[in-house]
Amino acid sequence: MIEIFTNSMAVLFLSVGAFFLSLGVIGIIRLPDIFSQLHASTKCDILGAGLCLIGLIFYEGVSFNALKMIAITFLMVASGLVIGHAVARSARRAGVIPWQIDREEIIRLEKEKLLEEFIKEK
Amino acid sequence: MTPFIVGVSLILLLGAFICLYRVLFGRNLFERIIAVNLMGTNILVVLILMTYYFKQIFYLDVAFAYALLNFVAIIAVTRCAETRSRAND
Repeated sequence: MIEIFTNSMAVLFLSVGAFFLSLGVIGIIRLPDIFSQLHASTKCDILGAGLCLIGLIFYEGVSFNALKMIAITFLMVASGLVIGHAVARSARRAGVIPWQIDREEIIRLEKEKLLEEFIKEK
Repeated sequence: MTPFIVGVSLILLLGAFICLYRVLFGRNLFERIIAVNLMGTNILVVLILMTYYFKQIFYLDVAFAYALLNFVAIIAVTRCAETRSRAND
């Protein structure tokens, strides 16, 4: 009975962790800028690896290996925070220009859309 | 439980290969650094899953050392890259 419970908890946590890790990978590929990519990648570090490790702690049970995995979890959380801060700060100091939406372009598109609606109503 | 572990490992390995694409064709240095970090995280979780697939407990120590090495390497590279002037190429 208790084995069924621990296995199902392990499957649940591993699924959610793998989902967050995949989300981080998609964010790395799709997002346009270093700072927004950092936003995706830090979540992936903390939530993805942390939840996967918690699931494997459930699967392992109470032992010395579970203690090792708890240590790895704390290390991953702390290093994820520090790496996010360090990369963002060094990118900012090295002069990376943040990505910006071209406001003029958006305003022009909005005007065209309004004009089309106006013509349709007429 | 074993087929599930194999499936999750394959998904994470696919993610690591996609990160390798970003490492090769990144737009600047810092995107490559982030991609290396994410690839290291994926490989770390795969390593810990392999502990239970092959039933070799010493892989956990390897994973611990890998996490520490990843952290130190990223911090060192960002420290060096802070003063580099070729950031926007």
